[in-house]
Amino acid sequence: MDIIIEGIKQAFILLFTLDPEVLGITWLSLKISGTATFLSMFLGVSVGTAVALTQFPGRRFVVSLINTGMGLPPVVVGLFVTIFLWRNGPLGFLEILYTPTAIIIAQTVIATPIVMGISLAAIQNLPANLRLQILALGATRLQMVWILVKEARLPLLAAIMAGFGGVISEVGASIMVGGNIKGYSRVLTTATVMETGKGNFDIAMALGIILLLLAFAVNAILTQIQQRDRPR
Amino acid sequence: MKRFKSIGFILTLMTVLAFVFSVAPATAAPPKQKNVILSTTTSTQDSGLLDVLIPMFEKKTGYFVKTIAVGSGQAMAMGRKGESDVMLVHSQEAEKKLVAEGYGINRRIVMHNDFIIVGPSSDPAKIKGTKSAAEAFKKIAASGAVFMSRGDNSGTHAKEKAIWKTAGVKAEGQKWYQQTGLGMGQTLNVAAEKKSYTLTDRGTYLALKKNLGLDILNEGDAILLNIYHVIEVNPAKWPKVNAAGAKAFADFMVSKQTQKVIKTFGVDKFGSPLFFPDAGKKEEQLGK
Repeated sequence: MDIIIEGIKQAFILLFTLDPEVLGITWLSLKISGTATFLSMFLGVSVGTAVALTQFPGRRFVVSLINTGMGLPPVVVGLFVTIFLWRNGPLGFLEILYTPTAIIIAQTVIATPIVMGISLAAIQNLPANLRLQILALGATRLQMVWILVKEARLPLLAAIMAGFGGVISEVGASIMVGGNIKGYSRVLTTATVMETGKGNFDIAMALGIILLLLAFAVNAILTQIQQRDRPR
Repeated sequence: MKRFKSIGFILTLMTVLAFVFSVAPATAAPPKQKNVILSTTTSTQDSGLLDVLIPMFEKKTGYFVKTIAVGSGQAMAMGRKGESDVMLVHSQEAEKKLVAEGYGINRRIVMHNDFIIVGPSSDPAKIKGTKSAAEAFKKIAASGAVFMSRGDNSGTHAKEKAIWKTAGVKAEGQKWYQQTGLGMGQTLNVAAEKKSYTLTDRGTYLALKKNLGLDILNEGDAILLNIYHVIEVNPAKWPKVNAAGAKAFADFMVSKQTQKVIKTFGVDKFGSPLFFPDAGKKEEQLGK
């Protein structure tokens, strides 16, 4: 029990004294996971919508692949990204292993299928007649897609929140491709693992609490947008 | 039109966020020669030693050190593949093999501390008072009390296997022999929870002692010496290696100034030093 109270106390001390290292780590976590979520939003929503609205041979197989991708284990993604980015690996010339950029890449790979899968389901769940009706009213194909995306706004934002939740809390890939380098690629989750290893449970708890607060703040903003004007 | 506005708002917000976010990581990567990748064991990081030494080195030389703290086995595997520039490790036999095979050069002794055998104070296997580490291990095996192994090819794991060999016990596969596959700190925590024995380096044990409830039950045997070496990755094998940076770091580790810092590190926090500087000494001279 002591350790829990101590952890909560530590969290507030670290937050309110504006501990520069903790602030830096928190900001970096937000920056990395925010960028990854943003990239996965583009890839996920566009491909998800496209697959939802088209018929082609092997479509079911593609949908199964996307749905499986929603459960991609971060460590496996981390391992593959590491091997590709190694100095002597196929993408070694980029020299980005153990940088924040590498973490963004890995997290984008993790978040994209999540956003894609939920987007696909959201668009496909719209009444089939809606499409025909919009087209009948003289809309172009592009306008039709835009209206459908707007119509599915609620679940699409949920998709983005799920993607963000997946990557901000992920540790396996971040520690492998980022290296947990102090002041450079150390994020909240990797710092928590390290402090636990050091036996500093109070600081680890504090970092965990800060992570939860951060996730809550981001989701509160997104929810605000999502619930702004509820459709009847 | 209200709804259209809300979508527009989201897109604007996202674009602004993306702009803010995407600038920093892109400019964060410094020029190649500046980066030195140090692959090392978790104990050097978990003890806090590197948090003191790395900033000193960076300030002095202008290099940027990327510390990848993993087990000694993985640290050397990285060096072997040319994925790190310099290694700071503690796994004698594997180090000698690495150098003999031409993957590492300039293996130099940096410091030592020692391993200890810890366990619950009730000491079910009665190993307290045993003379040698091997004798203690034999008693643990005979009593069937649980022994928690790292099981991760780290330097500590290698040392543990060497002691089992000396003791003539085949521990692998026994019911009382469990492997965590985790770092030293976490393994100590598991051992504490399960009231079992384990082999640990003294530094990590001292750092975690307050929460553990595990006692030192055997120490001081010559086999328990824990020696850290710095090894540069051979640039002849891997041309992409930052050889100059690696040499600068290795030289720094054995320099007089650094050795002095190592000598006093941890005294204020734990009452005794965590590491003993050894630059220039021979392995055979240690522990005497």
